[in-house]
Amino acid sequence: MIDSPLANAPLFQIGPVPITRPVVTTWAIMALMTLGSLALTRRLRQQPGTWQAALELVVGTIEQQIGETMHRSARRFLPLLGTLFLYLVMANFSSVVPGVQPPTAHIETAGALAAIVFFAVHYYGIQSRGLLGYLASFAKPTVIMLPLNVIAEITRTFSLMVRLFGNVLSGEFVVATVVALAGLLVPIPLMALEVLIGLIQAYIFTVLATVFIGAGIGSIEEG
Amino acid sequence: MSIEQISILAAALAVSFGAIGPALAEGRAVAACMEAIARQPESAGVLSRTLFVGLAMIETMAIYCLVVALLVLFANPFVH
Repeated sequence: MIDSPLANAPLFQIGPVPITRPVVTTWAIMALMTLGSLALTRRLRQQPGTWQAALELVVGTIEQQIGETMHRSARRFLPLLGTLFLYLVMANFSSVVPGVQPPTAHIETAGALAAIVFFAVHYYGIQSRGLLGYLASFAKPTVIMLPLNVIAEITRTFSLMVRLFGNVLSGEFVVATVVALAGLLVPIPLMALEVLIGLIQAYIFTVLATVFIGAGIGSIEEG
Repeated sequence: MSIEQISILAAALAVSFGAIGPALAEGRAVAACMEAIARQPESAGVLSRTLFVGLAMIETMAIYCLVVALLVLFANPFVH
């Protein structure tokens, strides 16, 4: 019997809090991203060097994509959505490193990210429309839609979580099964496919988060 | 049959039948994209980007079935 992919064995304990593998991997990715961005942005110049130009390209592309989806300036949302995208890309790509399991293959990580998106939608929605205006947007176009809109808030967060978790986990399963059947060279094309799927899933998660926030602040309906 | 055997059968059924719908849908999506690219090769970039996102969305339906199968196998409330 193989270990349950839904369970998480604790690695070690800090006080009463058990620390599991995905948490440690997430910390490593967070440290890598923080130190990397610090090192890259420490000396910004008017004439960009190689690294600064690459960084500007990445940030500029993400900002442009968010702006095109939201029909509004992306500056306010760039810190949240850009970090979300870069973190997801790194987390999904971490399966390439031998011995590392992507933290997104566990439902807790995907659930936490989906919860962040869930709360961000309400936060930005209330901030830009006011509390009453935001609550009134649930009863549009008619009051009959009110229960459906409320249910949709929960189900779309749930599907955001399951989509990310299931895709990454199923990739892990496929690679593990093929490794058990034929270990040498055969799994490499599947692992390459996994890298592609990880990138696409990171993109989709971010695009959906952008669309949800855009619908929350009402910028997408206004056009 | 015991609960465990029924669970394994149910998991296999969930994945196999859950794969039919997305498989047909992905086939249609790719066929439509191919046709569009053949007509307008200059829009291949935008089309294939949209296709990839659409395929991943369709594939999610199969993934839901996989998650249900995993729940039946590993988090079954009737097996103690």
